[in-house]
Amino acid sequence: MKLMKITKIALLAATSLMFMHAQADYPDKPIGVMVAYGPGGATDFQARIATLASGKEALIGQPIYILNKPGAGGRTGWNWFASEAPKDGSMLAAYNVPHFIAQSIVFDTAYNINTLEPLGNWGADPAVLIVGKDSPFNTVADLLAHADANPGAVTISGAGKFVGHHIAFLQFAKASGRDLTYIPAKGGVDALRLVKAGEVSAGFNNLSDSARSAADLKILAVADLTRHAYLPDVPTLMESGVDVDDSSVNFRGLMVPAGTPQDVIDFLASKTPDMFNDKKTQGKMKSTNSPARVMTRDEVIVMWNERQAYLTDLLSGLQ
Amino acid sequence: MEFLDYFSNVFTVYHIALLVGGTFAGIILGALPGLSPTMSVALLIPFTFHMKPESGLILLGAMYTATVAGGAISAILVNVPGAPANIATAMDGHQMAKKGLSREALHYCFISSFVGGIFGVFILIFFTPPLARLSLEFGTTELFWIAILGITIIATIDSKSVVKGLLSGLLGLMLATIGDNPVLGVERFVFTDHLEGGVNIVVGLIGLFAMPQVLNLMEKYYSEKSAVLSTEGHSSLMQSFRFVFSKVKALSIGSFIGSLVGIIPGAGGQIAGLVAYDQTKKVSKNQSNYGKGEPEGIIAAESANNSMVGPSLIPLLTLSIPGSPTAAVLLGGLLIHGIFPGHEIFVSENTAPVVWTFIDSLILAQIFMLIIGLFLSRHSGWIMKVPDNYMAVSILVLAVFGTYSIGNSYSDVIIMVVLGTIMFFASKAGFSAVPVVLGIILGPIAENNFLLGKLIGGARYGDDWMIYFTTGTINVTLIVICIASITYGLYSNRKSKKKKDEAKSFDNLTNRSSKDDLEEHGRTIGIELDKRKSKKSLLKELKDFVKK
Repeated sequence: MKLMKITKIALLAATSLMFMHAQADYPDKPIGVMVAYGPGGATDFQARIATLASGKEALIGQPIYILNKPGAGGRTGWNWFASEAPKDGSMLAAYNVPHFIAQSIVFDTAYNINTLEPLGNWGADPAVLIVGKDSPFNTVADLLAHADANPGAVTISGAGKFVGHHIAFLQFAKASGRDLTYIPAKGGVDALRLVKAGEVSAGFNNLSDSARSAADLKILAVADLTRHAYLPDVPTLMESGVDVDDSSVNFRGLMVPAGTPQDVIDFLASKTPDMFNDKKTQGKMKSTNSPARVMTRDEVIVMWNERQAYLTDLLSGLQ
Repeated sequence: MEFLDYFSNVFTVYHIALLVGGTFAGIILGALPGLSPTMSVALLIPFTFHMKPESGLILLGAMYTATVAGGAISAILVNVPGAPANIATAMDGHQMAKKGLSREALHYCFISSFVGGIFGVFILIFFTPPLARLSLEFGTTELFWIAILGITIIATIDSKSVVKGLLSGLLGLMLATIGDNPVLGVERFVFTDHLEGGVNIVVGLIGLFAMPQVLNLMEKYYSEKSAVLSTEGHSSLMQSFRFVFSKVKALSIGSFIGSLVGIIPGAGGQIAGLVAYDQTKKVSKNQSNYGKGEPEGIIAAESANNSMVGPSLIPLLTLSIPGSPTAAVLLGGLLIHGIFPGHEIFVSENTAPVVWTFIDSLILAQIFMLIIGLFLSRHSGWIMKVPDNYMAVSILVLAVFGTYSIGNSYSDVIIMVVLGTIMFFASKAGFSAVPVVLGIILGPIAENNFLLGKLIGGARYGDDWMIYFTTGTINVTLIVICIASITYGLYSNRKSKKKKDEAKSFDNLTNRSSKDDLEEHGRTIGIELDKRKSKKSLLKELKDFVKK
């Protein structure tokens, strides 16, 4: 009897020790990052670059691996993440704003800003307004003048519906008051092709991809609050006289599902900005033309809330 | 002749090792269902992260080349195409293997892949500037018509019955509408959460080919002793070479169509292989042998899907527009190494050495693919001798893992198993998997481009948006080819039906006919049958009556 009691106590002590150990020692194994898009895409390879330094002792101290769960414009992966992913910090995910927020407003999804907790932001890729190299339009004013003469005939491509490009288009059409037609292509690359081939009058596309294709395109304006370092000569839409803010900027960062222990969230949130700011990581971001913008958890929470309020308003007029 | 200047860069021990290793691994990965060229290249990109740009690209190029060819191995040996590009190969390749000619089939496959592949790379080297402009001409409406052209093939490609072919194709088109539509921004037919991501092409491919094969093998194992295949009396390698090079027509049609499809953005190896197969069949003298083990079919399909590789890089490297789904993934591989596509990529000091070394390595990759492929062919007989029960289990395991790996999703596995089980029973009723997969592949291309074309046409021409689809040289040409394809299909169908009617022998009827047909036949020869009896006994009654 005595022996059993001792064994019981010993077992209890051991398990509680192990439990404490697990809490104190987090992270004790490699951490996953779910990417809701396929391997090789911009979000995928930026996530790989952004998390390169995670293994350093001063940072997270464990290597990070990528788990791709593509499908339905990201909804498959994010739905899985919000409803089924472990809530112990062993599985993080990459977010794309405004995509996931817009989707959570339009569709019936398991995720929204309340079921997810941001950790930090690594990149911001604004949408730019582009036309083909041989296009007669050289400024936003040219394009709008054409739209005045031909209502509905100006076509603007973007990467599908309820993504940054679509948001930029909706803002642009609303602020300019013109009758424009949105052409939702299957992905950003295809949307870019429509512009280069002259099938559409103009397009909203990623700043990074458009800046690379400068020889085949004319970039008329940036949909952001300020000009971008990659394109110092290109004005913002506001400078061009159309009141469009930075709501369409494609922000990328890391998050965990709501319900993750607060100390795990605090630990990760304190380390992620430093991980993104790692020298080698930033060098790689630059050499791959991926616009970086590191933000802390608190800054991201503010940004998410702003987007939620603004997009709810913008998209409600649409349905 | 710039490409000659950089050839020496490829010949370092490290790069040759990468080429050999990448090619060998690529052939094996390509043969596994699920690890399509697109998937394999995508998975490899993170590994090239820390390599020098040219080394990374050499590895990716070798992988792209080898996986496209490797998919033919499983297509031929077990009737499970390793990737959508090898669907056409399976139709005749597996029939040849069943006759004990698996080694020959693999020889033809790798030799014609090599010929097509080299042709494609030379197109890339010498004709990039004019073809880059041409590739931009293939826009929304052109792609729509190409998809329609593919759909005109559906009815006749692998079915004895046009009606069954059309029904299967229709089912494929309907399956393709499940899930998210990016153009409309809506979800359709998502009855359960499992269907949210839709039916992925490769998931459909594995389900429709691998699962029925698993069930067939198990059925065979439990019902009869599997026939021992003869692997004796092989023709030599030289004979295989001579044979392939005697099929100039199939080789040139395959290489030409493959290259053309390569430069068209949004079309890929699957379309190259099927269109080349269909065209070669239409101009062939031994048309009736297609689908029963016709070597020309393999030669056309494999030269086409490998010749697609080089040209698919033309719009990618110059315009940042991928010519195939795999090239789309390769774009990510270029970008992470800071190689930005553009017209100056071939001349700029920073990128020219990397890009030319990469292109040169593609030539070597074709050569290694040939050597390693032929070497592996020697051992193909071994796979054909694996007992059915072991084979069934192996395919099942690979199918499940392959499906899961596509999107790390159990839903895909469920879709795969359900589709496959239905297909197994449908194949008993004479339906074929090929038109269903064609429907899944072509449906989204046709639908999305139609919707986009209608939007753009509507903005340009208002209610007369149809004009957008019917003007332009390429559109008109494609419409004419579509009409020709349908007309020819009807004509040859009629011809073969006539032939059939004339030779309507007893055997012809009994093999694939319903009880009603048997009853009718019985009446014409003067015997009343009782339909309540089993088909087998009805057949026996008929047979006995005829004997009398």
